[in-house]
Amino acid sequence: MNRKVAPIITDPINFDLKLKSIEKFTLDNGVPVYSINAGAEDVMMVELVFFSGNCFEKQNLIAATANYLLKNGTAQKTAFQLNEHFEFYGSFLSRACYNETATITLHTLSKHIHELLPVMQSLVQESIFPDDELATYQQNMKQALQVNLKKSNFVAGRLIDTYLFGKDHPYGKYSSNKDFDAITKETVLSFYKKKYQQGNCMIFIAGKFPPSIEATMNNFFGKLSIGNNFKIPEMPLSFIEKPGEKINIINDETGVQASIRIARRMPNRHHPDFQKLMVLNTIFGGYFGSRLMKNIREDKGYTYGIHSSLQNHIQHSAWIIGADVGKDVCQATIEEIYKEMKIMKENSVSEDELMLVKNYMIGSILGDLDGPFQIIARWKNYILNNLNENYFYEAIQTIKSTSAEELQSLAKKYLNPEEFYELSVI
Amino acid sequence: MIQFDKFSLGNGLRVIVHTDTTTPMAVVNIMYDVGARDESPLQTGFAHLFEHLMFGGSTNIPNYDAPLQRAGGENNAYTTNDLTNFYIQLPAENLETAFWLESDRMLSLAFNKKSLEVQRKVVCEEFKEHYLNKPYGDVWHKMRELAYTAHPYKWMTIGKELSHIENAKLEDVKNFFTKHYCPVNAILVVAGNVSTEKVKQLTEKWFGNIPSGEKYIRNLPQEPTQAEAKRLKVVADVPLDAFYKCWHIYPRLDQRYYIIDLITEVLSGGGSSRLYQSLVKEKKLMSSIDCYHTGSFDAGLLSIEGKLIKGMSMESVEGAINEEIEKICKELISNTELQKVKNQTESLLAFEDLSVMNRANSLALYEILGNANLMNEEWEKYNAVTAIDIQQECNIIFRESNSNTLCYYSKN
Repeated sequence: MNRKVAPIITDPINFDLKLKSIEKFTLDNGVPVYSINAGAEDVMMVELVFFSGNCFEKQNLIAATANYLLKNGTAQKTAFQLNEHFEFYGSFLSRACYNETATITLHTLSKHIHELLPVMQSLVQESIFPDDELATYQQNMKQALQVNLKKSNFVAGRLIDTYLFGKDHPYGKYSSNKDFDAITKETVLSFYKKKYQQGNCMIFIAGKFPPSIEATMNNFFGKLSIGNNFKIPEMPLSFIEKPGEKINIINDETGVQASIRIARRMPNRHHPDFQKLMVLNTIFGGYFGSRLMKNIREDKGYTYGIHSSLQNHIQHSAWIIGADVGKDVCQATIEEIYKEMKIMKENSVSEDELMLVKNYMIGSILGDLDGPFQIIARWKNYILNNLNENYFYEAIQTIKSTSAEELQSLAKKYLNPEEFYELSVI
Repeated sequence: MIQFDKFSLGNGLRVIVHTDTTTPMAVVNIMYDVGARDESPLQTGFAHLFEHLMFGGSTNIPNYDAPLQRAGGENNAYTTNDLTNFYIQLPAENLETAFWLESDRMLSLAFNKKSLEVQRKVVCEEFKEHYLNKPYGDVWHKMRELAYTAHPYKWMTIGKELSHIENAKLEDVKNFFTKHYCPVNAILVVAGNVSTEKVKQLTEKWFGNIPSGEKYIRNLPQEPTQAEAKRLKVVADVPLDAFYKCWHIYPRLDQRYYIIDLITEVLSGGGSSRLYQSLVKEKKLMSSIDCYHTGSFDAGLLSIEGKLIKGMSMESVEGAINEEIEKICKELISNTELQKVKNQTESLLAFEDLSVMNRANSLALYEILGNANLMNEEWEKYNAVTAIDIQQECNIIFRESNSNTLCYYSKN
């Protein structure tokens, strides 16, 4: 045995990856239910995806507030009783508000589903948003915001989105104390009526289902006056961009690190470049062995971690490089980032590195297809982006076939420092 | 019920195999029986720094990450006060790559000077990012120092101060490796789409000829029973006042561990829990509150902590928390409430066990504690807890003399 020689491997690019198909049925009211019935454990997930994200609101924070306070009181139950009900059955009811959609998600042991769905239904139909609950929410959210505003990476994350999309754009706007104070019960309630009670919804279920799940889902959600109009308002980028700007902000005089964000707008995933860009991004800053990580962490020790990623918005995307670095090496880090961009543009990626990244990406997708919750998460992303399973197979094919020349020409097209915003927050 | 096979090599390496053919992946998890509690008080943060150095190349393999990525794998590691864990996930076809990599770094590291220099800096940035550059980041440094007088839990895994990491020498690194990173102090778990037979063969091939090393005998100063309440006041540049109070609890293997775990669920396991309902919703004294325990191998801490609503006093918050503690000490909890926290626990265990990675990690953890099969006995132990157990333990734990209180004031 020679320890210097690596064991023979099967290159993952030779794997034949399959995405488990998704089942679909339609409730009486036209609401689609997508399902993955799989898994060895008796657990399941029910997720209601409403088209009620913040792009539908006329006043900042109304969508997020309606989503958050859904479970803080219904006609039948107080906030405490609602929590107690879900918690008694050991289930986890969570909700989240995004730019386009807002979700209500239940994770539970499958055996308790019949006790939980009626109450989940009531959240969609009978929430009352008590004054007291709203007041507590406003106060606690303002307090949490105050704490977050002391963190350089939180501040940097908010600001970079504003530079990219504008402070009035759904992708760029953020919360302030003033916005929290301006929320009224009437506004929230009227948003709720329009966007939940009579809103548009798709449902995703995954895990090991109890018998006759279709009838059960139809019984609880098929008779509600929710619909299936999944139109998202156009979100034009109306403001004038000023890429190339360099912004340095001192948020905390005593800070010991700088949060760097370097970012540019990008086309969304329907653009022909997008899938190849995923490969380029992986090489550049998308995994532990990336160029940025190797240089800035593993060679220079400037940071605990540096990453780049393409944002997963529906209408517009962005390419963002981010790191928290020692205050004294902030400028040096920024220079190294630009240097890495330059190298990507001027030199083609070696066959060795390209092969490694391709194998890594395929292995990573294979690992990510493990289990019903992961599979449905991938499907959900496709469905919300108006894509189908072809996208999966194209993505795999793109990873396998992208050439070093293509990557270099993409680097030339997109990795131009003058097209990026440069932000550092201490 | 998690099925597994267990065997040992001649050099003392313990191996556990857990087969799950529903996944195309394999997980290789190596847990070393060393954590921050095994450090010298003058060289804290060393176990964690060492974890970073394990990625700096080994005798025969200059670069650890690249061959694994080429095989379609990913890896990571973490260090706690009790242990250090390294894990790999990769396509099951390429399982042997993981054996090659892990066995070589157990055999011997390259002890590369540059790697030490760089990782010292990386860990210092990690320290800054997580503990210095954010509000309240130093709380647990202070709380551990307050609560522990003898046990090495008095410092954080990341270390007591930056200088300890900055001063680490290559010689120390070598000694640490020899002492802790050997077959006799490690557990190997292989899980996923693998067979015991194949794992046996690969383990023999790659790990069989590594010298066993010396069994590390832990002899840590144990924390004496705390005789009187301790308090600390801190004033810092933070936006809100915050309250932290801790009580000493039991070691991980103590039967009473399960009672304590359920007590924390009663007090703060979700939106219907007692502290949240009372302090945040009804009395509106705090904007957040949490109760949890450290879950450490040696006797740990149970903590209640949260941020105050602006204008509320530390005294009123402490008073209201004390009321809840008195209540749980005096009145038996109802069957419904007990059932609720048991159901929550049952569900939590089921969801935790969904991923092969978590199962592998748990098997290694329980084996280090003494027996991997403890994993399968957890639920029974929770289910056996009674309302009387909870009341009795509350009366023992929540003695004021057993408590450590940290009042963290905003200087604004």
